[in-house]
Amino acid sequence: MKAYLAVFRIRFAHTIQYRAAALAGVVTQYAWGFMELLMFSAFYRVNPEAFPMTFQQIVNYIWIQQAFLALFMTWFWENEIFETINTGAIAYEMARPLDLYGRWFCQSVATRTARCLLRALPILLVAFIIPGPLRMTLPPDAGQFLLFLLSAVLSLGVVVAFSMLVYISTFYTLSAVGMRVMAAVVVDFLAGGTVPLPFFPPAIRTVVELTPFAAMQNMPLRIYSGNIAGTDAALGIGLQLFWLAALVFCGWRWMQKALQKVIVQGG
Amino acid sequence: MKLYLKYLSIHVRSSMQYKVSFALLTLGQFMVSFTALLGLWFMMNRFHTVAGFALPEVLIGFSVVLTAFSIAETVARAFDVFPVIISNGEFDRMMMRPRGLIFQVLAAKMEFSRMGRLVQAAAMLAYAIPASGIVWTPDKILTLVLMIVCGAVVFGCLFLIYAAITFFTIEGLEFMNVLTDGGREFGRYPFAIYGREVLKFLTYVVPLALFQYYPLLYLIGRETGKFYMFLPLVSLLFVFPAYGFWRIGLRNYKSTGS
Repeated sequence: MKAYLAVFRIRFAHTIQYRAAALAGVVTQYAWGFMELLMFSAFYRVNPEAFPMTFQQIVNYIWIQQAFLALFMTWFWENEIFETINTGAIAYEMARPLDLYGRWFCQSVATRTARCLLRALPILLVAFIIPGPLRMTLPPDAGQFLLFLLSAVLSLGVVVAFSMLVYISTFYTLSAVGMRVMAAVVVDFLAGGTVPLPFFPPAIRTVVELTPFAAMQNMPLRIYSGNIAGTDAALGIGLQLFWLAALVFCGWRWMQKALQKVIVQGG
Repeated sequence: MKLYLKYLSIHVRSSMQYKVSFALLTLGQFMVSFTALLGLWFMMNRFHTVAGFALPEVLIGFSVVLTAFSIAETVARAFDVFPVIISNGEFDRMMMRPRGLIFQVLAAKMEFSRMGRLVQAAAMLAYAIPASGIVWTPDKILTLVLMIVCGAVVFGCLFLIYAAITFFTIEGLEFMNVLTDGGREFGRYPFAIYGREVLKFLTYVVPLALFQYYPLLYLIGRETGKFYMFLPLVSLLFVFPAYGFWRIGLRNYKSTGS
């Protein structure tokens, strides 16, 4: 356990160095969130009745999404892992007395958390003070906020567990940038990255809400905004727990198998 | 021009060496814009119109932006990876050669996998052109062509500015993504839906609306003045500040050393 904590700490300290990049990211995400919200408000004006969430809920959804982008978006890959596999440096990794799955898992979680911490606060600060209808609000009550925190942690776990599957698949394909792009795009769409799940047509929505993708950003963002509350929130968190366990188990087993067969090419 | 075609054929052949990888990358690019379309469709399905535009009309605007962006990105991809060209010294080598710098940078890299998006843009046009109920007189066809061509130039200019910033910062500036990728993403809808301030910005500062929103009004017959038809040409003025900025950057450029 201590070793994993060390991995986490090293990675965290490494990522937190890039403050200028984070500042540029903050401005970008702020502008992006603002445009998203203007788009939703254009639709809201067309027909408030057809809007499946309250407007305040979508405002909170978008701001939290922009603030915690690094936690929940699949496309923040850990490029070092791909390189390790492609260059053969994996041989050193395997020589270490540390479970590789756990190590990579910690590393990914650390990078995402560090990136997120750098960016989230300034974005949230601005989102809370801008005047007008686009201002962000606190969640309905403290209980809901705790549920959000729990759900956010689980969601991060599910996202990382999913990307582990993609890393492991690199053992077999070596280079598949196209696959990676495709996986990230489809997953983020199904997780409500483009349009929140309540806006999906009912039939599609029912199916998607059972998948592991709904256990990603969809859940914490909607819990924070109050779109999911009470028993639904508890059920949602249960679903997240289930998918986290399932994905970690599959990934871990698959990794054991892949590592037994892995051939490091060249010296 | 002949030299450019030669480079073009080299790039085509080199990307065809890895056919599977190329196909997957193209498919990946296609999926990126396809999910954007799916999201748009979900929204339009629920609300039917936005700011008075129906689905086919929105789709015309979207496909113009997507086509223009894909053309610009295929041709001017090198500006996108300009930080690499600068930091590995490739640019210093280019300055030694007796050819235009912009030409050389353009020729250094072309990314054909971006064509995946063109397929989708064409499909959307194929649906929207008859479904929009527009009577396609020659002047309307000309308008559509102007929109796409001028749009590609404007996006190209944005890439050029992005590269010029690199002269000062060495690293790429993430904020420019709001204008390039953001222009593509938010160009799904006619730019007017984002409110008056954003529209003003996209008219007078970064002229994305000049080749999308205003001529679209002319296409669907909401505005009949010929003025709207030729607004895309006005957006070409953006070339001057973009090129000027590039020149300033170039004058300030000091090699990164090796």
